[in-house]
Amino acid sequence: MWTYHAARLFKGAPVVFDPRVRLQVPMIAENQHQFPVTVDARTIPGASRIIIFADLNPLTQAVDFRPLHAAPFLSLRIKLDQRTPVRAAVMGADGAWHVSGVWVDAAGGGCSAPPVSRAKGDWALHLGEMRGSAWKEGDDLRLRVSLRHPMDTGLVENIPSFHIETIHLRDAAGVELANMTVEGSVSEDPAFTFLLRPTREGPVKVQARDSEGRDYQGVIGPQSRPHG
Amino acid sequence: MGNGFTRRAMIGAMMAAPLAANAAQYYTLKPDLVAPGVWVVRGADEAIAFANGGAIANCTILAAKGGAILCDCGPSLAYGQALARLAQKLTGGPVLRVLITHLHPDHAMGAAAFDPAIIAALPETRRELERDARGFSDGMYRLLADWMTGTNVVLPGMDVAPGPFEIGGRALEAIALSGHSGGDLAIMDRTSGTLIAGDLVFHNRAPATPDADLSAWRRSLDALDGREFARLIPGHGPVDATHGAIVQTRDWLTWLESALADAVARGLDMSEAGDIPIPERFAGVALARYELQRSVSHFYARLEANELPRIDN
Repeated sequence: MWTYHAARLFKGAPVVFDPRVRLQVPMIAENQHQFPVTVDARTIPGASRIIIFADLNPLTQAVDFRPLHAAPFLSLRIKLDQRTPVRAAVMGADGAWHVSGVWVDAAGGGCSAPPVSRAKGDWALHLGEMRGSAWKEGDDLRLRVSLRHPMDTGLVENIPSFHIETIHLRDAAGVELANMTVEGSVSEDPAFTFLLRPTREGPVKVQARDSEGRDYQGVIGPQSRPHG
Repeated sequence: MGNGFTRRAMIGAMMAAPLAANAAQYYTLKPDLVAPGVWVVRGADEAIAFANGGAIANCTILAAKGGAILCDCGPSLAYGQALARLAQKLTGGPVLRVLITHLHPDHAMGAAAFDPAIIAALPETRRELERDARGFSDGMYRLLADWMTGTNVVLPGMDVAPGPFEIGGRALEAIALSGHSGGDLAIMDRTSGTLIAGDLVFHNRAPATPDADLSAWRRSLDALDGREFARLIPGHGPVDATHGAIVQTRDWLTWLESALADAVARGLDMSEAGDIPIPERFAGVALARYELQRSVSHFYARLEANELPRIDN
């Protein structure tokens, strides 16, 4: 699987396994629908792109994140369809992919069982509800954003694929701060943490688009609280 | 954390698994006599794993006229059968009644070894088992493989009503509570003054919260704390001659709730919240980090939805 994925994801660029890419995950996949992952690549000089993927998931890639004016740091939750390596690949200034990974044991069905809101039937009532806040963290601004969305994988009987496809962060002047492509293997009601680099004061606009072309927008006001 | 994955480790794991699965599996149950006619079979203070056969919960055997009363019956058919043989040896008679304290599979799936007509639980526990037992069964077979051979879901055939009752001349009291799950049964053995607390009380082993309502759980702990007893048998961890295990369980739950609220208020993600420092006073509590990370999974999304403001007007 590694050879297959590496050829597709890295397209011939050099690949090094690099423990400096920090993957923070819990020791147990308590819920295979919501497995938290934090990637911190601030130790990789010039890190410009982060791909998070799970080799043995049917939808291998979760996100392709371009930090632009953000730190190469990202938290999110992904689905696990079985026991699998979970990895982060970071493009460094040296033109190489720096890859780090952990083996995660998980019960089956993270991608192929319906999401909670489908089972409850209330997904449409809350679709697109966005929550978030900002915290001062050293010189950075920590942003936490969540969005109600079923994130259907297309692998559940009679429920076609329907998920957030892109997320863009912009400052008040419209300058793009970071962007990300998102796949159906990101958890239902996705939640992300970003670290924006200094000098980005004022409100941050969060723009998301899903696979049916719906746009969702939120605005997080100027930094509201200390990170403590 | 970090780069724990290597190709060699993966190959090693794949080679080791089938060897372990071929080893003969049998439970060696060791009874501890804690009072006349009261034995505890201690579970391992570990997570459910192939290495321990899922035998992680404490089970209690009580002597009665003509046989034995069991409080909880372990994770599997083989465990339930071993427990019945042990009870027969200790009391000289068959199992008269199996009392199930709550739905969780490490306590309840050994019911497969018994006639449903002698298995009793709170009505709420039976409802929860009807809802969840199949899923638990899948999870237990995945983790425990051959240990689970022949284990079918068997539901209690009898309700437990709160208040005093008698089995084989042994005077007991059923205390119907909740909080660890939707229905938590504690049993007072009035003969010996032993309180069998089920998973409402953990002792030197971190509490598990997959079905917990933390405020209801604390109220239940207050109710147990108000009782007099000579000793308490917790669901997990060593027998306690004091109220210390109740205090410790309540302390953990209170800390957990405030620590998670604090993590949400600081903007931490779930993976970060699972790595927050655990207070020194819990240093002797087994599985503290493991259960904290499970609890993050159980509670965090809901806490965040309550705490973070809407930004999408």
